[in-house]
Amino acid sequence: MFRSLAPPEYLATIDRVKCIRCKRCIQNCGWGVYSWGGDKILIDTFKCVKCLRCYHYCPEEAIEIKDNPTRFKQNAYWGYHNIRNIKRQAETGGIPLTGMGSDLPYTILFDNLLIDACQVTNPSIDPLREPMELRTYLGKKPSSVKIEKGKDGKLKLAEPAPPQIKLEVPIIFSPMSYGSISLNAQKVLATAAKECGIVMNTGEGGLHEDLIPYRKNIIVQVASGRFGVNPEYLNAGVAVEIKIGQGAKPGIGGHLPGEKIPLEVAKTRMIPVGTDALSPAPQHDIYSIEDLRQLIYAIKEATDYKPVSVKIAAVHNVAAIASGIVRAGADIVYLDGFRGGTGAAPSIIRDHLGIPIEHALAAVDDRLRQEGIRNEASIIAAGGIRSSADAAKAIALGADAVAIGTAALITMGCTTCGKCYTGNCSWGITTQRPELTARLDPEVYAERLINLIHAWTHELKEILGALGINSIESLRGNRERLRGVGLDSFTLDILGVKPAGR
Amino acid sequence: MVKIDAKGTYYRDLNRKVREAVEKGEKEIVLENVNGQYYIGDGLRGNVSITIEGVPGNDLAAFMDGPTVRIKSNAQDNIGNTMNSGKVVIEGHAGDVLGYGMRGGKLHIRGNVGYRVGIHMKGDKKQGPTIIVGGTAGDFFGEYMAGGLLVLLGLDGDGPIVGDYLGTGMHGGTIFVRGEVDKEMCGAEVGVMEPDEDDLKVLREALSDYCADLGLKLEDVMSKGFKKLVPVSARPYGNLYAY
Repeated sequence: MFRSLAPPEYLATIDRVKCIRCKRCIQNCGWGVYSWGGDKILIDTFKCVKCLRCYHYCPEEAIEIKDNPTRFKQNAYWGYHNIRNIKRQAETGGIPLTGMGSDLPYTILFDNLLIDACQVTNPSIDPLREPMELRTYLGKKPSSVKIEKGKDGKLKLAEPAPPQIKLEVPIIFSPMSYGSISLNAQKVLATAAKECGIVMNTGEGGLHEDLIPYRKNIIVQVASGRFGVNPEYLNAGVAVEIKIGQGAKPGIGGHLPGEKIPLEVAKTRMIPVGTDALSPAPQHDIYSIEDLRQLIYAIKEATDYKPVSVKIAAVHNVAAIASGIVRAGADIVYLDGFRGGTGAAPSIIRDHLGIPIEHALAAVDDRLRQEGIRNEASIIAAGGIRSSADAAKAIALGADAVAIGTAALITMGCTTCGKCYTGNCSWGITTQRPELTARLDPEVYAERLINLIHAWTHELKEILGALGINSIESLRGNRERLRGVGLDSFTLDILGVKPAGR
Repeated sequence: MVKIDAKGTYYRDLNRKVREAVEKGEKEIVLENVNGQYYIGDGLRGNVSITIEGVPGNDLAAFMDGPTVRIKSNAQDNIGNTMNSGKVVIEGHAGDVLGYGMRGGKLHIRGNVGYRVGIHMKGDKKQGPTIIVGGTAGDFFGEYMAGGLLVLLGLDGDGPIVGDYLGTGMHGGTIFVRGEVDKEMCGAEVGVMEPDEDDLKVLREALSDYCADLGLKLEDVMSKGFKKLVPVSARPYGNLYAY
């Protein structure tokens, strides 16, 4: 009898001549691909997800992970994922889950946008030797300021400025909860955020006490499951975020499987060990913009008016929704695009609901400007930021800062295998199995994440230098410095960008 | 004891006055002429007792951690939202979504309540929330319940006392309903059973406090039988997904 009518995606192979039977592959694989057969390593290739942990830890370079050449017949209409999902559904009757952002070949607008540069008629700037300002403040900006002379004769603001979050670079880490990722992975994010002068976000899983020393670099999240939310938590970070939606799964709730709820996670979330942690699809106290305003101000009252961010998935009517969010009193609007990552989402939702961040960002920035309320809130763009170029393009389209999740996890060993929901991550990132999480040394991997932020910082400065501007503020919403390649006139109109050559 | 006149006072100013009084060490505060102000006791901590005269607005005692609030009339929506500890006693009726995500403390309501009361309550070995409703409740009572104790008494009539989808998505905690429970009204994740001696002990203890707060006789409340509702599975949706 066959085991499954979906052939394995990958073939894990061992060069039997090179193999010294050290069994490191058995120890390292979180998926149980390898086992000891008495005289040789046995391979169950059905379990392989190509995370490459074994490959990197094989001292003899004896392991090779190949894409399985035995696949379904190639068909331009019936894609591999279509056939595979049907097979899985026929076997289980369940909804196929997936992790990471959508990998389907929808148009990627970032790749159809190019950035301007200076030649002859305006001088570029050399960022290695001239000052270049990337510092960013997130929060409400007053529409005007009044200055008065203090008693000491010095000038000061007549009214206190709204609270701001200070970022040394316009990049933050996107919300990833304790539970969906390991505590060590959160520690990597927190350490890097502190070192780089930026912020990480707890996601909806409460705040583990080990993260309290990093409170000046943490945004705490309140979502529909209200996990770990108490007055101390609300006041623990620099801001509070209300999560309405997520780009990878707009309109549906969260569902952290029981496999990822051991004692420590259960304690932090205050739910029984091994149950599924349910985050309802809506927050049942928010059915309208007025209700959202009520929760925003309930949080402000409980935190002596800390900034409140509202995170939504980019959906068709995102501009009007964002306008409502700003009018409801949010200090920050966090837009999460279609390509946004997830620890677990039904693939049918991830791959078919929502709109890309590029469209959403341009539409929201336009709408808030038209309504004269763009200064009332900062915009964070997220959902598929892969490089500093994507970040620069997002900022030129109108974002105040970008948030990265997947990119940060890749520095910790992630290969975007997309199996986060199983809780078996061999790199110790999206798992709670102690033998796996122990591999992710927070200090070692924080160094790598800090390196990434520093590298992107240098790249952003180079881009600004080439543009002949010395402050990120001058790029913000500066769509004149972008051109579209191969985009239709509708899309160019939505993006507010001219075609290359104009 | 200090009295604060809430007449015509914006909620932000009223709540600031309350916080300042608590910081000064006041143990008893009376709010007079309250008329719909939001967020009274929001995020408030400490050992203080607040009496409210008039009808307070939404999100009363949201995120509250310690104080006792008594409302001498009806109250509105979202009371005890994500409350951590303390107590709210409501002598009249109250609205929708009470005790959403509540983590500890007590809500004692004499009258009826609206929809989605006590949803997604949590609890652990150290603490757990209790909501006791004297009258009737609307649909989705105890939805997504993950911990704590919900009690529905239906003291004021013979009609049905609870709406549809009772305890739907329940995966922890306990609900007690006075009288009979129609299984048709319950979510698929709920099992209905007879309470045993230990259950009745828990119930009697919770109800003694409730009766003391609201001037009721425990014998009268316990005169009718109770049904106990618990989740049938810790993972009601364990088989929903293909891995």
